[in-house]
Amino acid sequence: MTQPLSTATHSAHLPTTGAAAAPETGARPKPALPVCTNPKPPSEIPPRRRPTNLFTVRAPISRRSYWILAIIGLLTPLLGWTMLAAWGDMDSTFMPTPLMVLSKAWLWATENGLLADAGISTYRVAAGFLLSAVIALPLGLLIGSFRSVQALLEPLTDFIRYMPAVAFIPLVMLWVGIDESAKISIIFIGTFFQMVLMVAEDVRRVPAAQVEAAQTMGASRQELIEKVIFPSAKPALLDTLRITMGWAWTYLVVAELVAANSGLGYSILRAQRFLQTDTIFAGIIIIGLIGLLTDQAFRWVHRAAFPWLYLKG
Amino acid sequence: MTTNTNATKIEISGLFKRFDNAPINALENIDIDIRENEFVTFVGASGCGKSTLLRTIGGLEVQTDGELSIDGRAVNGPGKDRAMVFQHYSLYPWMTVSENIKFCRQLATYTKDRTSGDVEAASGRADALLRLMGLSNVSGAWPNQLSGGMQQRVAIARALMGKPEIVLMDEPFGALDAQTREVMHDLIRYVHRLEKATILFVTHDVEEAIYLGGRVVLMAPRPGRIDTIYEVPFGDQRTQDLKNEPEFLQLKREIVNRIRDTSGMKTDLEQLARLSGLQAEDTAATAETI
Repeated sequence: MTQPLSTATHSAHLPTTGAAAAPETGARPKPALPVCTNPKPPSEIPPRRRPTNLFTVRAPISRRSYWILAIIGLLTPLLGWTMLAAWGDMDSTFMPTPLMVLSKAWLWATENGLLADAGISTYRVAAGFLLSAVIALPLGLLIGSFRSVQALLEPLTDFIRYMPAVAFIPLVMLWVGIDESAKISIIFIGTFFQMVLMVAEDVRRVPAAQVEAAQTMGASRQELIEKVIFPSAKPALLDTLRITMGWAWTYLVVAELVAANSGLGYSILRAQRFLQTDTIFAGIIIIGLIGLLTDQAFRWVHRAAFPWLYLKG
Repeated sequence: MTTNTNATKIEISGLFKRFDNAPINALENIDIDIRENEFVTFVGASGCGKSTLLRTIGGLEVQTDGELSIDGRAVNGPGKDRAMVFQHYSLYPWMTVSENIKFCRQLATYTKDRTSGDVEAASGRADALLRLMGLSNVSGAWPNQLSGGMQQRVAIARALMGKPEIVLMDEPFGALDAQTREVMHDLIRYVHRLEKATILFVTHDVEEAIYLGGRVVLMAPRPGRIDTIYEVPFGDQRTQDLKNEPEFLQLKREIVNRIRDTSGMKTDLEQLARLSGLQAEDTAATAETI
């Protein structure tokens, strides 16, 4: 038990025991923060750590080291690419230099409608992803909550999940046609079945004690799902959405195989036909950047929506 | 117990429980009656079915055979009259401490026909529980900001919030350190006296079982069964000093020995003793040669 000592008591006389101090509780001033009896204030004591290096198992590294390493990790491939393009015995038709790719991207952005391409692609990915999420979330919640729904749907989902989304293209073209909905459908097929299973798993991972505690407090079946299972699974669900968003982007190129005349994936495919490797590089990198941004946005939302998961100390 | 209410609260007779595909009964022929406002503790070697019995009473497990009734009515699933406190992971991490405690107030069973008076009484009760449990200054904190002991206080307060007639506690202090436990013991004894609830408390700590319980039910494993029921003769007024009284220690020794006898682990211990004896001789021999 820490004994809060007011500064006055401290300078006058130290009570020898807690019991001796107890009787004089009448009109005591509100106790201030515990007085530090350490001769050196904490800030002056240098932080002492067990000496670690960058390869101590699970040891923390400084913020500075983290960023230096991250930059090295990002720059090394770029450097390797530059050197390969400059000194490697390769035709620049097959291996453009970073500068060529950059200038191509600039040209694309200024004259050839990169923004429109990125826009339509983002729209397709977002539409396919949202459609998938709107159905997968409630369905996964049911699969994860009820064994009967699990038995009914999970084996089926598992089965379909292994079917290659690309193989559905001819069917989609026959059934849905070749307009926007076809592209959205392909992205949906590629994302949905994985998403359902991951959502169900997130829901199943809600601790049994949380559910049972609510049951013994009189929660009904609907209340268990609405007030315990869903809120408890929410952080994991947002992570699942973040991860499946990445998969939605990977299906973009496949989706834009279908009679597209715009979009990042389409541009990459067309560039292949005309042997414009610099455009291919630019397209891939731009998709990567958009993905990275979306991922960071999801992480930001996660931190903002679930602050209790990011508490320090 | 010196209370005037001695009506039987929980009646259990001939209760059996066997889990799917299990070779032996988890509970075999359990017979016990528990009176209103009793504090009964359950101890026993692991696998004796003490938690299963508690969960069955809570309606979270269904017995394979036998009768289990509360106030004369057969138990059919969990209900708000029997709140359960778990060892851990039962708090809602997305709610603050006070929101956790008030959780049951948002359930339909409490909001159905409530009056403004009810709401006032409930918020008064929530405040009182926060104070009683020493949680007033952390009422706005999230559970994962609290120590294990504080988290269990929240779990207990939350269980008490709905005024359950029976509180089922499944090793609630099992993960706490010894000092925190002592504090919690006195706390829970106060709660028992104030709330007039019937408390069933499962633990593997014999000292805890004797200190808290009016009766200690010793269970034995394989198959899970009631072995002995001890009446604890120390009355209602107990202090931590009691734990060092000879009578207390005598009872503790008796129960610990009985648990050891019924656990079925004795042979292992003998072998261990033999092995460690051998090792001691070995070291002695080595020491001599040096």
